[in-house]
Amino acid sequence: MMRFASPSALKAQRTKLETRAAKVKREILICAGTGCLAGGSADVAEVFRTELKAAGMKIGVRMVIKETGCHGFCEQGPLVILMPEKIFYQKVKPSHVKKIVESTLKNGEVIERLLYKNPDTGERVETYDRIDFYAKQHRLVLRNIGRIDPQSIDDYIAAGGYAALPRALKMKPEKVIDEVAKSGLRGRGGGGFPTGRKWATCRKVEVHPRYVICNADEGDPGAFMDRSICEGDPHAVLEGMIICAHAVGSPKGYIYVREEYPLARQRLGIAIEQARTAGLLGENILGSGFDFDIEINRGGGAFVCGESSALMKSVAGEVGEPRAKYIHSVVKGLYDKPTVLNNVETFACVPYILDRGAKVFAAVGTKKSTGTKAFSLVGKVKNTGLVEVPMGISLREIIFGVGGGIIGDRPFKAVQTGGPSGGCLPESALDLPVDFDTLTDAGSMMGSGGMIVMDDRTCMVDVARYFVNFLVEESCGKCTPCREGLKQLLFILERICGGTGEPGDIERIDRLSSVLTDGSLCALGSSAANPVISTLKYFRDEYEAHIADRRCPGGVCKALITYSINDKCTGCTACVKVCAFDAISGKKKSRHKIHADKCTRCGACIYVCPDEAIEVH
Amino acid sequence: MNLDLKPLHDILERHPAEPTELISVLQDIQLEYNYLPPEALKQAAEALSVPLTKVYSVATFYKAFSLEPKGKKVIRVCMGTACHVRGAGLLLDELVRRLKVKPGETTECGEYTLESVNCVGTCAMAPVVMVNEQYYGKMRISKIKRILANEAR
Repeated sequence: MMRFASPSALKAQRTKLETRAAKVKREILICAGTGCLAGGSADVAEVFRTELKAAGMKIGVRMVIKETGCHGFCEQGPLVILMPEKIFYQKVKPSHVKKIVESTLKNGEVIERLLYKNPDTGERVETYDRIDFYAKQHRLVLRNIGRIDPQSIDDYIAAGGYAALPRALKMKPEKVIDEVAKSGLRGRGGGGFPTGRKWATCRKVEVHPRYVICNADEGDPGAFMDRSICEGDPHAVLEGMIICAHAVGSPKGYIYVREEYPLARQRLGIAIEQARTAGLLGENILGSGFDFDIEINRGGGAFVCGESSALMKSVAGEVGEPRAKYIHSVVKGLYDKPTVLNNVETFACVPYILDRGAKVFAAVGTKKSTGTKAFSLVGKVKNTGLVEVPMGISLREIIFGVGGGIIGDRPFKAVQTGGPSGGCLPESALDLPVDFDTLTDAGSMMGSGGMIVMDDRTCMVDVARYFVNFLVEESCGKCTPCREGLKQLLFILERICGGTGEPGDIERIDRLSSVLTDGSLCALGSSAANPVISTLKYFRDEYEAHIADRRCPGGVCKALITYSINDKCTGCTACVKVCAFDAISGKKKSRHKIHADKCTRCGACIYVCPDEAIEVH
Repeated sequence: MNLDLKPLHDILERHPAEPTELISVLQDIQLEYNYLPPEALKQAAEALSVPLTKVYSVATFYKAFSLEPKGKKVIRVCMGTACHVRGAGLLLDELVRRLKVKPGETTECGEYTLESVNCVGTCAMAPVVMVNEQYYGKMRISKIKRILANEAR
């Protein structure tokens, strides 16, 4: 690895790498995101290396193996993609590798059974660009992820990385800020604040040093976009931060990474080392005279630290309590110095904007919400995974187009966005365009990008209880409305789910929610009641059913449901074997029975029953 | 039990003696000893010139820290939204039943600590249970017995 003393040295290296890349006839892309790694993709890569060697095929110039970041289609992992044909093999096990080498790599034959099967038509799909999940996306921030080796700076450079940086360094800082402002980029962490305006305010504060912080404390449950970006394209985050530092005039940056993301920390750490060696971080970056370095901070496992002022406290080694924002952190942030804090995805957008121009970025999306947004599409949806779509696309297109609809084609009930600060939207909201303002108006919010799909077997009161319980645990305890209000809210919601809800509870919830919204100190507290308010707004009938009829329409709240077996039962005995409470009896090949006195409604039998014979009432 | 203080001293040596280092120091201590021993907290407070009360407040604020020794294996049940709607609560109930401990507790033999965690970010494999660094995705209640048997080997 060499040190680039000037932009031209970097350009020369890019040309060299591009020439080298042109010689590559075959790329084997193996997903090494957390999901696929858990499925054994590291072993798959290992076996590929040994099998290729055994077959006398040389890895290096004409054929390369890359362990990439998350391809996004985690549902089908471990994933292997063969370029240039774009052949997409799913659920690949080490035992399949020999056959892939023999059939596909040597003889050009596609292995049918490893291909993705379209669940609607039953047809096998050969290449990834023809799979709905990918075909309906617009990958801009995620464009490199899954294509490059995140542990190789050369790969990033060859893919056009660090091209924006020399361009930005040549520009006056104000011009860089202008360009970002013109792109219309808004904060991807949830707030949607215009990034250009944030940078401009910070630059105007005549206090030094100023700091740049990347928020990688992705605490929203059900969200993993930032983890995937850090793991799959860490240099893009660094490049965005360096450009920002140049724009606001900062010598020092921090990336605050969640405790729960060890792989993201590791990959960012490697990238920082590589960038330092290459002269892209540290003193006199690319010979421009500009100095900037980045340090990684490991979070301590506290949700509240995703809030900017709490995060800054945590970086300073203190308890992560938010403070009132009479003074903005761009004026007085980390160590009371002017600080720009953006989230991972926002920084990852920056190189693209500087490289292709603000206009190109702003051409995607809507007028007020430009560009794309990455979502983690999860829950009861067929194709779960990481997706990126243009702003303004409808929820329906995401859930039913990219996501392929609901598992088992059950009825759709709600989609939750925005984490614990967001809300649940019903079917009537499915055709709303996904942008910052529309979702907020509808009672949810864009949030950082978690999108959790729920079917008819989800209880909306239970979902509200779930989020409130989450927030009770995570409230930092500094202000009373959040600390005490959430506890009371949980008390009432548990009573309703437990079958002892009282008349007037809905009104009590309403009142408490408005106290939380109006009286809390930070944004997490003032939005804490959103999941409750939105479920009450759209699913009030479910609350009423719990209280008045002692009935859980979703069949979830244990105190309100019973299990029974219907005549679809074939007497396969699968349920008997799995029941830990001896609550099911019956002879083989005849209809079984559940004994209500012993049944704990644990749900084990439902998952093993092949005939959908177990009913919940 | 006598605490081996050598690793602690190494940790304190490695970090600059600044109050801002507190969280990093505690993280290293937690990693080394699997919990934060009282003696270590006292020495960290002294070395970094931070009042012991403040050390205690940081140590109890963040979930990554534990004042009790943790089991050899930490079983974490993900309670993220995606896992929740796919039945994570039932998995936790089952582990409570089998291990005879509540979330946050360690089994008497010191083998397992059961924890619920708010999202490990592998939502596409929901519901997820982690045993130390190992992820178990698409979990079912019926798989728990096998996993525990596997881990006991």
